[in-house]
Amino acid sequence: MRRNQVAVVGAAETTELGVIPNMSQIQLHADAALNAIADAGLKLSDIDGIATAVETPQQIAHYLGITPTWVDGTSVGGCSFMLHVRHAAAAIEAGLCKTVLITHAESGKSMIGKLPRSTPPDSLNGQFEAPFGVYGPPSMFPIPVLRYMKTYGITHEQIAMVAVAQREWAAKNPRAMMKDPITVADVLNSRMIAYPFRLLQCCLVTDGGGALILTSADRAKDFPKKPVYILGTGESVETPMVSQMETFNSSRAFKVAGPTAFKEAGITHKDVNHLMIYDAFAHLPLFGLGDLGFMPHEETGKFIADGNTRPGGKLPLNTNGGGLSYMHSGMYGMYALQESVRQMRGIAPAQVKDAKISVCHGVGGMFAASGTIIFTNER
Amino acid sequence: MAEPARAKPKPTPETQHFWDGTQAGELRLQRCDACANVYFPPRPFCPSCASRKVSVFKASGKGKLYSYVINHRPAAPGFTPPYAIAVVELDEGPRMMSNIIDCPQTPEALELDMKLEVAFEKLDDKITLPLFRPAKG
Repeated sequence: MRRNQVAVVGAAETTELGVIPNMSQIQLHADAALNAIADAGLKLSDIDGIATAVETPQQIAHYLGITPTWVDGTSVGGCSFMLHVRHAAAAIEAGLCKTVLITHAESGKSMIGKLPRSTPPDSLNGQFEAPFGVYGPPSMFPIPVLRYMKTYGITHEQIAMVAVAQREWAAKNPRAMMKDPITVADVLNSRMIAYPFRLLQCCLVTDGGGALILTSADRAKDFPKKPVYILGTGESVETPMVSQMETFNSSRAFKVAGPTAFKEAGITHKDVNHLMIYDAFAHLPLFGLGDLGFMPHEETGKFIADGNTRPGGKLPLNTNGGGLSYMHSGMYGMYALQESVRQMRGIAPAQVKDAKISVCHGVGGMFAASGTIIFTNER
Repeated sequence: MAEPARAKPKPTPETQHFWDGTQAGELRLQRCDACANVYFPPRPFCPSCASRKVSVFKASGKGKLYSYVINHRPAAPGFTPPYAIAVVELDEGPRMMSNIIDCPQTPEALELDMKLEVAFEKLDDKITLPLFRPAKG
């Protein structure tokens, strides 16, 4: 894909984030979509492309009253929206549509109008993982952690620092769910969920949504908000079974998606001013820093523990507070994208001064899928 | 009221040999006749070279502890927390999820790379699960 040919011209989250007991999941999609359409100064009838995950594109298109000429229902977990951005950029460049709406919403806490996730007993997961007591992401996603720690000499205290640093960012974000400062001791004394991870190393469970609007960079200059250009993109999948990852020392999906995006963008790691790494659990930023090539995996724990990713550090990471402290409705990728767009527009509550390039990296399932989008505010 | 039971696998035509094996007290893997790749989970072709000529064989049942969590909450039906959910690396190469029995479910007792051997737990007349215990000797 060519650099900077497509831009984000509308971006918004749901009017409220957190606990939203008065709205169904589909209405959360609509609330985010209408906010993004207003942000872009558009009418619903201007939208000719639609992408969403979990909910189907036909469901969202019908509910909003949209007649699309391009549709993407890629649903690979929490990074689906990174993949939607990549696919939408290609579709716009190919002339399949002009203005794409990407929506996410989940009634993750209140569970209104949301189908429960289920694993059929004759699926591979149902046969070869479910019988051994996996029960929701906290029992699965951290399974690689102990191996990763042993291989690279990472300590419990270093991983606890992920949560501490992100809480410092969250404190600067009025919409973050958790804003009170925490210490490494607080993290390591919080309730045990799935050893080695405790409550403060696991993401929140909340309600909310977000939406993006993309169009060609040539049209983008006529929109009311500062365009945020798509500089590079990448995607991959590995396996729906965490036990069947190629290795627990790395994520193969990360190692494909990240470098693909960097190569497409034509940038080096030193060019990155702002970084989002989807943090459903506290080990993901470590995997991300290593697999995206910012540093060898051996150095990821120390890098975070030394404060390099906290406010004032040289690599601002998860500046909304992340899934650990900002919000996590179940598929957090959209909120990471929203924060990257805010940073590139220069309007983030915890704005990184003069940031020009933002890398936004997502995960889907338990390392099952990955998508990376690199944004810039200069064309 | 009956105790909630643990999730029970339902074999498919491609996995039946594996579940027949556990019932017979064997851990069965597949090996590619063309490239010798040993793989898991079951499927009637080699995921490395795509050959459909593959053989089922009885694995040694020996392996080592690759990684795990000790799940405290929420607990799956049929499990009493805390319990370890482990990934075992078999001597033949493939890894599989399982539980570790005859061993305290603690970080001190569950040492990475400890040697394990398969043990079979019958759930009912159709399904026996492959679990693992610390290897003797």
